[in-house]
Amino acid sequence: MKPKFGEHLFQTVLIIIISLLCISTIYPFIHVASVSLSSPSEAGRFGFHLYPKEIDFFAWKQVLSQTKIWIGFGNSVFRTVVGTFLTLIAMSLCAYPLSRKYLPHRSFYTMIILFTMFFGGGTIPTFLLIKELNLMDSVWVYIVPGLVPTFSMLVLRNFFMAIPAELEESAKIDGANDIRILFGIILPLSKPVLATLALWSAVGHWNSWFDAVLYITDADKQVLQFFLREIVITNTDAETFGRTVVGNFKYGPSIKAATIIFAALPILIVYPILQKYFVKGTMIGSLKG
Amino acid sequence: MSHLNSSNIQINESDSKTAVNRLRSWKATWKEYRKHKFLFLMLVPILAWYGIFHYGPLYGIMLAFKDFSPVKGIWGSDWVGLEHFKYLFYQSPDFARIFRNTVLISLYNIVFGFPAPIILVLMLNEVRSSLFKRFAQSISYVPHFFSWVILSGIIIVMLSPSEGPVNYILHLFGAEPIYFLADPEYFRPTLVVTNIWKEIGWGTIIYLAALSGIDPTLYEAAVIDGAGRWKKMWHITIPSILPVVSIMFILSLGGILNAGFDQIFNLYSPVVYEVADVLDTFVYRAGIQQSQFGLTTAVGLFKNVIGIALVLGTNFIVKRLGQEGVL
Repeated sequence: MKPKFGEHLFQTVLIIIISLLCISTIYPFIHVASVSLSSPSEAGRFGFHLYPKEIDFFAWKQVLSQTKIWIGFGNSVFRTVVGTFLTLIAMSLCAYPLSRKYLPHRSFYTMIILFTMFFGGGTIPTFLLIKELNLMDSVWVYIVPGLVPTFSMLVLRNFFMAIPAELEESAKIDGANDIRILFGIILPLSKPVLATLALWSAVGHWNSWFDAVLYITDADKQVLQFFLREIVITNTDAETFGRTVVGNFKYGPSIKAATIIFAALPILIVYPILQKYFVKGTMIGSLKG
Repeated sequence: MSHLNSSNIQINESDSKTAVNRLRSWKATWKEYRKHKFLFLMLVPILAWYGIFHYGPLYGIMLAFKDFSPVKGIWGSDWVGLEHFKYLFYQSPDFARIFRNTVLISLYNIVFGFPAPIILVLMLNEVRSSLFKRFAQSISYVPHFFSWVILSGIIIVMLSPSEGPVNYILHLFGAEPIYFLADPEYFRPTLVVTNIWKEIGWGTIIYLAALSGIDPTLYEAAVIDGAGRWKKMWHITIPSILPVVSIMFILSLGGILNAGFDQIFNLYSPVVYEVADVLDTFVYRAGIQQSQFGLTTAVGLFKNVIGIALVLGTNFIVKRLGQEGVL
């Protein structure tokens, strides 16, 4: 009986440790969500907020009635949808030629692209270039400079290379050109990997904020993460950061919490799908092609 | 004379031969390109994009050796040689501190953050209930999917001295509140812990992939030989993830000058600059906000060169150790 008891104890201890870890991972999200649904006075209470004592939509009404939140939301949706779509197309246009063994000077072109993964100009030269290209204060600055994520493109190229050549040869005999082969045969066969890459790109777009800080000064073109930063971080109370904030505290804890959850919501909603595809994608990515 | 002449002719002949060959090969190449014109129709716009957005900024690197003047532009600005680097290494009151902060924060992240997912994966591997295992994994991945803006918002709420539950726990034990984000003593530990909080779950995936490749008969054979839990872990589980561990470790050494800009930028404030300011945050403040383009381009170049040296160096070591490198 003794070894069995030992095993039982071991499993229990293990499960307790891992559960504690999970609780500390997820509790902050629950806390913030619960604060966002509390009345302003309850939201400021020192202690745990596992659930709202009385549901109060005050903060949510405040947040959702701000125009800038919706401007940010619209711009974030724009960059996520249009950016992801254009990225998928551009990645395919790049990955397909590079995946064909008969592409003249293939290794040369691959090297040119690989080089950029290891060496770049850095923040300042890129900033000056964007300025030079008149992309400052244009919403396209969210999409164009990051159009082809090189790592994802290489994952796609490796996937294309694994597609049997016979499929393509028969289409060639029927007189199809490379563009038709890509869009008619290769891409439909690549749906699972395209879905994964689309999610990578979409999450990346939704979460991006630094390009907005760098390149956009026009408030009508700002993304949600930028306003979130403004409301929650730049404007946060002097106590936390030990500094005096210019202007008064416009935003109480429940409003900050509601803004955080509002920006997090789209990702929380698609989380089950996200998790599945991200795990799969990381496996694909980690296998060297 | 005749000897000389003939050799001359020979030279001419071979010259014309290579010229003809060259012409032929040019023609052949041209034919190849024409044959695959649709491939190039796709590739050329993308290459042009790489040219502009990845090679374009390389042109601006020359600012590291120039005194940038907005009127004269990048090309027209005056050369100053290594002035910026000399200033950084010998005169700048900040650079040594910033460099030290960068390396220290990265090292703390490696020392404490790197083993965290490995420990978790070893624990998960011992859990019998696959339902609990899957549930725990799903929960632990959550923070990975959010930006540091959102996570910092949450962290600020959690660590607030007057409202946050972390300080509430301290309060229950009768301790004084800790200003995690405003106290230079606590700021770096806070960075390390919150970074572990974000990435511990996600970090397990790559090791889980390695674990799933273990032949289960190995464990069965070990049990027959009388191996207990720890022996199985030590002789089967750990050796099977070790190659991945070493690659991940070396990759993390390669990124030592990236101390986590997004995280620091969203959590720091002037009161903790002393311990929190890193190369990237310095570049932002001095470069973008104060327009010291030359100096900050030099910092960027310094970081880039060290970074590439680290990647190449560590890759060399990986290969020497008999593992597959990253390059």
